[in-house]
Amino acid sequence: MSFLIGKGMTGGYGGADILNDCTIAVDRGEIAVIVGPNGAGKSTAMKALFGMLTIRKGSVMLDGKDIINLSPQDRVAQGMGFVPQTNNVFTSMSVQENLEMGAFLRKDDFSETMHQVFDLFPILKEKRKQPAGQLSGGQRQQVAVGRALMTQPKVLMLDEPTAGVSPIVMDELFDRIIEIARTGIAILMVEQNARQALNIADKGYVLVQGSNRFTDTGEALMANPEVRRSFLGG
Amino acid sequence: MQDIGNALVLLSNFVIVPATAYGSQLALGALGVTLVYGILRFSNFAHGDTMAFGTMVVIFVTWGFERLGIGIAPLPTALLAIPFGILATMAMVLVSDRLVYRHQRKNRAPPVVFLISSIGLMFVLNGLVRFAIGTGDQRFTDGERFIMRYGDFKRMTGLDEGIAFKTSQGLTIVTAIVVVAALFWFLGRTRSGKSMRAYSDNQDLALLSGISPERVVMITWLLSATLATIAGTLYGLDKGFKPFTYFQLLLPIFAAAIVGGLGNPLGAIAGGFVIAFSEVTVTYAYKKFITYLVPESWAPEGLLQLLSTDYKFAVSFVIMVLVLLLRPTGIFAGKAV
Repeated sequence: MSFLIGKGMTGGYGGADILNDCTIAVDRGEIAVIVGPNGAGKSTAMKALFGMLTIRKGSVMLDGKDIINLSPQDRVAQGMGFVPQTNNVFTSMSVQENLEMGAFLRKDDFSETMHQVFDLFPILKEKRKQPAGQLSGGQRQQVAVGRALMTQPKVLMLDEPTAGVSPIVMDELFDRIIEIARTGIAILMVEQNARQALNIADKGYVLVQGSNRFTDTGEALMANPEVRRSFLGG
Repeated sequence: MQDIGNALVLLSNFVIVPATAYGSQLALGALGVTLVYGILRFSNFAHGDTMAFGTMVVIFVTWGFERLGIGIAPLPTALLAIPFGILATMAMVLVSDRLVYRHQRKNRAPPVVFLISSIGLMFVLNGLVRFAIGTGDQRFTDGERFIMRYGDFKRMTGLDEGIAFKTSQGLTIVTAIVVVAALFWFLGRTRSGKSMRAYSDNQDLALLSGISPERVVMITWLLSATLATIAGTLYGLDKGFKPFTYFQLLLPIFAAAIVGGLGNPLGAIAGGFVIAFSEVTVTYAYKKFITYLVPESWAPEGLLQLLSTDYKFAVSFVIMVLVLLLRPTGIFAGKAV
């Protein structure tokens, strides 16, 4: 059984169901990617795992424990980190303060974790006194990921981390994400750049209309002619 | 040379000193408004009457101390009473949050509902204060009244004009500096202060970071109560306490907060001084000042007063309207209203 698993999730934001019997799972040290066309419910599936919407049917388990009744904040305390797609930094606060706020729940000394984040993203160390709002898009994403890492999560969920950044920065970010996964953190991300994302993925989920269409390793999905034709542009 | 000296001293006595003291009082008031706006996202109309409430408690305690013969002469006894006023106001503000605002927060009510609720609370507090202490003027200033007397200054400098520097004015300025420094230290350096800024910056992300909204809201109310009591007491020491005046203070305080940029503490301070100096300079009669500076035959006949002091509130109003029209985010780019 996987470390984080949402099984048969069905539900939405109140009105019609957006997810229909959708299953997403990720293990520690593994990168799982959710891809699919616009409106497939990719972000919704991730938000469902994080408790940001009500699921009518199905279950969400973290490390073998049922967490379906926990609020997003409680799930953070349980070791889940979430990086939203937009508004994911405190723009008026310095980079360092952003990281400190990430560690808000921790009562122990978190300077070691901050060093690790600075090692991972050296540019942030250089700019740690600057307001996050003054950074470039790619640097902001690094702050956002860094903030989520400060809680020392066991699962890191990223909602389109490469949205709006240049291809070079995107490759750079993906490299960092692989590094993070190597430390034993489970990574789940939603991606528009399906090709590049599947390239680094251990596991890929292709969603269509809120249901699993294909589930396989990233490599196998890339090789699957039907997936290529329908979702990867040939 | 003598004339220029006289003119400058005259201007200091009637414009610079009073406006600086008044500006400090407005800045402290506007800080309270701006903090509440930054965190709870609504304009707290009850702030003026919260100031009145805090000041009222301070006055009662001051009278008690005076009766018991406790004092800190030459400083006013009210300084000793301020902590009691702050505690009482904190309790009042937390109770009103519990009774009025918490319910709306739970329902995720739009800001206008909070605003109207605060107007209701304003009337309640207004009535409460008038009922308890009466509607008339209350003087509670004791101790040494002046740091510098008008006559002493004239004797020292040999000028025809003098500067009177009241203890209350000096206290106001010193206290304002200390309080503002403490507030900025709190917001910039402490964990709770930073969590307040984070919450004000990005509520959703603050929740994702595990910052508890109820705790942030509580700290905000406590700070707002502290600032209101201090601002109200300083204003009362300087100009006397009358419940209606505090209700009227709401306009310049809001103007100050808006001019500086709502939600921005630095802006509230700048805004306070902008409003205070505008009010005083526009309503001051420059006749004597000009007479010192120009040859005798050029001396003006009129008062050279742009606006009668009765209309001083119009000044804040005009500034507020202009800022909202031309630069809705204020000087320091707070949140657009």
